[in-house]
Amino acid sequence: MATTSQTSHASRNDAHNFAHKAKLSQPRRKVDRAYYWMTVPAAIIFAFFLYVPFIQGIMYSFTNSQGFGSFRWIGLSNYLALFQDERVWHAYGFTIFIAVIIAILVNLIAMFLAVLLNSRIAFKGGFRAIFFIPYTLAILIIGYVFRYIFMNPLPALGQALGIDWLSESMLTNAQLAWIPIVFVSVWQSVAYNTLLYLAGLQTIDQEVYEAAEIDGANAWQGFWRITFPLLGPFVTINAVLSLKGALGAFDQIVALTGGGPSEATETVSYLIYANGMTGGEYAYQTANAVVYFILLAIIGFIQLKFFSNREQI
Amino acid sequence: MSNTQNSSKDSSQTMESNPRSPMGAMGRQGRNSLNASSNGQKLRLSKQNRVSWPLTVLTAVLSLTVLVPLYFAFVSSLKTNATIGGLELPQIWNWDNYAKAWDLVNYPRAVWNTLIITVCATILTLLSNTFVAYAVARNIDKPFFRFMYYFFVAAMFVPFTVIMLPLAQEIGWLHLDNQLGLIILYVVLGLGTNLFIGIGFIRSIPESLEEAARIDGASTWRVFWRIIFPLMGPINATIAVMTVLWVWNDFMLPLIILTDQSNATLQLSQYVFSSQFTMNYPVAFASYLMAMAPVLIVYIFAQRWVVSGVMRGAVK
Repeated sequence: MATTSQTSHASRNDAHNFAHKAKLSQPRRKVDRAYYWMTVPAAIIFAFFLYVPFIQGIMYSFTNSQGFGSFRWIGLSNYLALFQDERVWHAYGFTIFIAVIIAILVNLIAMFLAVLLNSRIAFKGGFRAIFFIPYTLAILIIGYVFRYIFMNPLPALGQALGIDWLSESMLTNAQLAWIPIVFVSVWQSVAYNTLLYLAGLQTIDQEVYEAAEIDGANAWQGFWRITFPLLGPFVTINAVLSLKGALGAFDQIVALTGGGPSEATETVSYLIYANGMTGGEYAYQTANAVVYFILLAIIGFIQLKFFSNREQI
Repeated sequence: MSNTQNSSKDSSQTMESNPRSPMGAMGRQGRNSLNASSNGQKLRLSKQNRVSWPLTVLTAVLSLTVLVPLYFAFVSSLKTNATIGGLELPQIWNWDNYAKAWDLVNYPRAVWNTLIITVCATILTLLSNTFVAYAVARNIDKPFFRFMYYFFVAAMFVPFTVIMLPLAQEIGWLHLDNQLGLIILYVVLGLGTNLFIGIGFIRSIPESLEEAARIDGASTWRVFWRIIFPLMGPINATIAVMTVLWVWNDFMLPLIILTDQSNATLQLSQYVFSSQFTMNYPVAFASYLMAMAPVLIVYIFAQRWVVSGVMRGAVK
């Protein structure tokens, strides 16, 4: 992908020449052994901590294991049960629902902020630093701070103003509890995406705007006709990255709702953790994790495509 | 204004110290346009330097969305349970809340644990992930190393939740349910991303730089440590910043890996604290602020560096 496509001509030729020479002299010593020492041990450790648990997880998903003690093979029973489990369906629905909303909001706000921070404002660096603060903070802690705000001052404000839906804490309302979760997620992740867009904006040559200005374009046209199209690749990356981040929402759920009220705000990650680690559904939740992986692998595959497309530009 | 100009100058200087800008096509473009725009500004001072005050005010107002919650947390941490809730400053500054929170979460212990894990994980990441990236980058045209590339990077797309349950078990068997286990896991789990960021950079370092040393008989390891690693400075800074922020703020991994309370990291101890003492809000806020403080303080002094580091990773 990315780098391999970059490799294209130059190094393919190199490789050709190199292979040719190597064939003439010593076909076996093509690559310095040190390169293998640099990668193979790392690959073994990597496999041990990533691929082994991954394969183990797949294996456990076909058993009735509790995470300890003996177990037997039960074939596809876990998967069949998953598809009939309303709680699981709800978790997937909720995860995708908030992830899409978060991704859309994050991208709209981040692009707006990036354009603003790239415009002719004073104290540019200072503002950029302020807007980046949330990225440096732990989402768990932010979640705790906002839980208090959503639990106490905000309902008090709602009561004072006589707004019904605000008078009660949104966190205890199953219909509205997604709002604080989306809010905290957006608050935290806008920072990083703004930075990505800023990086994108700086790849646009100022002269294009000057030319447009001479032709009589206003700022609005400048944005839609120049900035937005040229930001294209960054929009795709940002959208996919923020979607991927939001699909794994966990910390904010722990901090804000703990999956409640009455399991209304359980994301897939939270469900796997809560029921798999402590809820006695070890094997069942590993099956859930496998399904979750397949869903995310599809998204990852799309991401891979986007990245390699971008690299070719 | 001056800030951005300085930082763009900084980054172009560091890049120019390398013979060829070791950045992707995007980065190079960005640098040129930055230079072009600052030249343009010098030429047309009157027009380009005009600051738009309405936009500045708008930005300032919007920045309150970031600052007000932090300010609220700060004033709340100094109040009592009776006076907490508003944005006004407390009448009596109750610094005592910090002392209470300090003891309740065993703050020095938690900071020490987090610091040890963050520092070790970051240093080991820089010392190990870079040579993996180097080996893969220099041999990407060989099937084996291309396979290695996909082998490492593919794992980037495996969400942690998927391996969480079996991994926790594996770590338990190995008796790595402590700081050491966390350090190892951070170094290993970050490899995919760091490789992804690092390889593009290494590929833009011309191989001719290595050839002279190789003719003199330097081994591949020596070439890496003496020539490539120092040239990777800017991208190492990026990797370091991103690793520090990730490890310091991570909650999920300590949650499932650590079993002994005394090993708890800052985030984990906040979680334990919040599930035990929810009624004393001012003390809770004091404790949240103390958990945020180390990173915030470092960030205030190094913000330009942090921001440009993360940005460099973004444009890779």
